[in-house]
Order: sequence, then C-alpha cells, then structure tokens
Amino acid sequence: MLDILKTDKTIRWAALAFLALALSGLVIDAWILNNLMFGLARGLAVLGLLVLWRTGLISFGHALYFGIGAYTVALLDTFAGVTDLVLRLGVAVAASAAIGFLLGFILRKYRGIFFAMLSLAFSMVLYGILVKIEALGSTDGFSVSATTIFGWKPETKFPLFCAIVATAVVAIVCVQFYLRTTLGHLTTAIRDNELRVEYLGYSVAKAIHIKYVISAALTGAAGAMLATALGQVDPDSMVNWTISGELVFITIMAGPGNVVAPFIGGIVFEFLRTYAFEWAPQAWQLIVGGALLAIIFFLPRGIWSIFEKLMARIKGSQG
Amino acid sequence: MQLAIAILLDGLSFASYLFIVSVGLTIVFGVMKILNVAHGSFYAWGAYLSAYLITLFSDMGYPNWFGFLLIPVATVVVGLVLSVIIERLVLRRMYHQDEVLIVLATFGLFLISEDLLLLVFGVNPYFAYQPMAALGNVRLGGISRDVYSMTLSALALIVAVACWWGLTRTRWGKLISVVIHDREIGLAMGLNVGMIYLAIFVIGAMLGALGGAYIAPTISVSPGFGIDVIVLSFAVVVIGGMGSIPGALIGAVMVGVLRAMAVHLMPELELFVVFAVMAIVLIVRPEGLFAPAKARTI
Repeated sequence: MLDILKTDKTIRWAALAFLALALSGLVIDAWILNNLMFGLARGLAVLGLLVLWRTGLISFGHALYFGIGAYTVALLDTFAGVTDLVLRLGVAVAASAAIGFLLGFILRKYRGIFFAMLSLAFSMVLYGILVKIEALGSTDGFSVSATTIFGWKPETKFPLFCAIVATAVVAIVCVQFYLRTTLGHLTTAIRDNELRVEYLGYSVAKAIHIKYVISAALTGAAGAMLATALGQVDPDSMVNWTISGELVFITIMAGPGNVVAPFIGGIVFEFLRTYAFEWAPQAWQLIVGGALLAIIFFLPRGIWSIFEKLMARIKGSQG
Repeated sequence: MQLAIAILLDGLSFASYLFIVSVGLTIVFGVMKILNVAHGSFYAWGAYLSAYLITLFSDMGYPNWFGFLLIPVATVVVGLVLSVIIERLVLRRMYHQDEVLIVLATFGLFLISEDLLLLVFGVNPYFAYQPMAALGNVRLGGISRDVYSMTLSALALIVAVACWWGLTRTRWGKLISVVIHDREIGLAMGLNVGMIYLAIFVIGAMLGALGGAYIAPTISVSPGFGIDVIVLSFAVVVIGGMGSIPGALIGAVMVGVLRAMAVHLMPELELFVVFAVMAIVLIVRPEGLFAPAKARTI
C-alpha cells in the first residue's frame, strides 16, 4: 500500500489539492465553507456510486444509505446524546455497511434496470417508515446538535471542515488502493463481460457484493457528514427517491474517470444550487434536469473528461 | 363489515387510477424497453390542464357536467403534444443507449417538467370539484360514497378491455407484438418501427394524462403531486411484471387494496407496505408476477 502512496499520481495531486483546500478554509467566507462541506460530504456518496457505476451498475436507491448515515447521527444525538464526530461517523459507517452487507446478498443477483428498481424499493421502504413514524421524527426529522471532536467543542466550523476534508482524502486513498487490487481491476472487467470473469475463476457475485458494501459504507459516511454539517435531518431531503436521483445526477455529471471527480462534482453541484436559488429560485429542477440531459448528450464522460482533454492537449503541445 | 366495505371501495378506486397510469408505463416499457420516469409528468400535466379547464369553464357559467367533455380534451392535448416533443427531441436519439441511461434522461425530463408546470400554472392549488358534484353521492352498505370515484373503476375497466382488444384483435396490435418480440425482424419485414415507437409512446402518454385528468376533480392539484404517483406506478409495474398488461391490473389491485388496508388499519405502514411488497416480489420473482418467460441471453 505504501508503494502506491508513493507512485500514484492521482493520490499525490489529490492530497496536495485537499491540503490547499483545508488551509483555504481559514480565509474564505462562511457560506463558501458551508457549501464546500456539503459538496465534499455529497462527494463521498458519489464516490460510492462511482465504485458501482464502474461495474455498470447504477443504484436508484442510494438515499437508503445516505438516510441511514444521517439518521444514525440524529438518533445517536437525540436518544444517547452522542456528539463525538468520530463516534458518529464510525457508527454510521458500520450501520450502513451492515445493512449493505445484508441487502447485498439479494442485490448481487440483479443487473441493469432490475438492480436500479430493487434498490429504489429498499430505499422507499426506509422512507415509508421514517415519514410515518412519530418516534423517528416523521416528516419533520430531527435537529442535530453541534459536533465535538474527542471531547473538544470547537467554536467555528473550521475543524469540522478539516475533518470532512480528511475523510474525503482517506476515502480517495482507500478507493484508489482498492481499484488497484485484483478485485478492483475486476470492476471494469465485470462491466465488459461477466461470463469471462467467471471463467477466469473469480466470483462475479462476490465481487459485486464487496463493491456494494464499500459503496454503502461511503454513502453512509456521506449522510453522517452532511447531517453533522447541516445540523438537521429529514426524510424528504435525505431519503426520498429524488435524493437518490440527485446523487446519480452528480455521479453522471462528475464522470467515471477518476476518484477525485466525485468531489469536484459534489462541490459544483452545491454552488450550482446556491446560485440557482439566488437568481432563479423557481427553476432549480429545470436547471438540474437540463444539465442532466446536456451531460448525457454532450459530455458522456462527465466534467472529468474536460480535465483529461486539457491534460492531453498540454502534453501534446510539449511533445 | 363497514370497514371492510370502506377498504374495498377505497382500494378499488385507488387501484383504478393507478392501473390507468401504470398501464401506460408498462406498454411503453414492453415495446420500447424504456422505463419512463417522465410518465409522472404526463400524469401531472393531464391533471393540471383538466383542473384548469374545468375551473375556467365553470367560472364562465357552464354547467357542472361540462367537465366531462374537458377531461378527454386535456388528455388528448397533453398526450399528443408532450409525448411527441419528448420522443422526437430526446428519446429518438437514445434508443441505442444503455437502458439505465435512458431512465436518467427521462428523470431529467421529469425534473424539467415539474418546474415548467409551476411556471405555467403557478403555485396555488386547483380545486376542480364540479364533475364530482354533478354526479352526487350514493349510499353503499351504510357508507356514503361519491359516484365519481366509482366511474373511475368503470373507466379503468374500459381501458383494460381496450388495451387487450387493441393488442390481440387488431392489425396494429399484431404489428406491435412483432416489434415486442423482435425489433430487428420487424425492421427486416419492412415495418416502420420508428412510427410504431412513436405511436406507442403517444398512447402510453395519453393513458398517463388520462389518469391525471380524471383524478383531478377528486383531489387538490398542487405542486409536486406527480412525484408520489410515479414511484407508486413503478411499484405496480414491477410487481405485475414490466411490460405485462394483466400484470399491471393485478399489481394495481394489490397495491390499491394493500394501501387502503394500511390507511384504515395501520396508517403508519401506508408507504412501507407498498414498497415492501415490491421488494419481496422482486426478490422472489425478479421479472414480476406476470412477465412472459424469456430465454437467457449470454
């Protein structure tokens, strides 16, 4: 693993970029800081979706894990008074990974539209429970009290921001490392030809199951981080199927090219939303829908492909 | 006993409109292999236009029953205009793409349409009760019911019979069956598959719009109400088997009655029960209860 840390260009550049981002948190305005936090948190979930998408699977129900992560934080806070960030994150990730592990036994048999639909059904089951049950906050949800870090109660949002940036970097390193293992290399192989992968002696079902659990854990972490950063959870903005659609939208927008792309996508999405609400509050969905169509038609490999093209051009002019 | 009748009647009227909407969705999926999220838009536009027309004409002094003439107008206008625009501008360019990507494109269309609805019709709800008032109430087993909800079931039955007859007893139906089974053979035989796709999409859209236009008088038509319907009709279609018309019927009745039971007996479970059933059906019979058997392709 250490070897990869030294040689992998993506990780090196990402680590530098995120360090700069964390430092910039000292000088930028509060609203930008907030947006960056939300964007990076969402980026974690999108990274989870990216792992699945590389195998050709698109989940239309990842709001399930988003919701599990967010509600774990909220329930821990409301009923047990847990405010520690590490504890919140750990329990949320464990809970989503556990549910993902169980559902994975079922979902790993499905592909294409059936995979998407079954994920949707599972996420709507959770939504149905949360919306109707008073003890779980019903449609109002919960408010989440400010976080502490190992007993220390920070006065600004900057430490939380740093924690989110750090989580993002850890997630990037882990996923990049995973994609470089044999199991990770199977990702695209499965998308291209499942039967051949089976003939090579690997279990496609197992590989997909592992990816699904990774993806669930990442999305759970995202939900926990967003709940903490936002200070509020509710079913309609965390668990409803339109949120799953939103996450898939960011995934498509970011593109499958690189593990850093999801975070760029997440941040772009948050700023897009902020400006849309300022200039055209009535047209937010119109913008998202239009952007989705435009990307599908004109930029099928997402924002990241613009970088790739730029890099290729720079290299080309040098050579 | 009264409770049982209430559950049955509620479930039946709910199932009826779900069936009308879902059958459009399932036909489009069966022929074109497109799971159309924008189907919820047809429903919403149908409901809005019919509610708008009904209140407009009623304000101009037309009698209550006049609404029954406006519902088909709204259905046809929405079905024709929206579906032709969507098929020609977006879907036509995507037939060679991955199924899931097409779902995403229709999701984009759905989002766009949600905001366009707000821009066109505003944020205030519409109450188009006039057709309901025209038919009055009736007492059934000790419960007072409006007649309008019952005509909904009759309409669903007509739609079901029309679909069955159209697909099995007409020349068009046979051509469509060819395209369902093998699109390429259909092309080789000289069928205008593009035209058939368009026709099917228009019919599917009209059914979605009809569901919305006919339900409009019984509800308050307000922003965002198409969102629930589209996931519910997903559940119906998946339970019955994607592409199967009898499946949509059984699925709609199951979802309708289950939801009515939940509403009357345990309101907390209203949504849970529908999607739990959807998940169970998908786990036990991934192709749905009534999907035709298919040879496995490698």
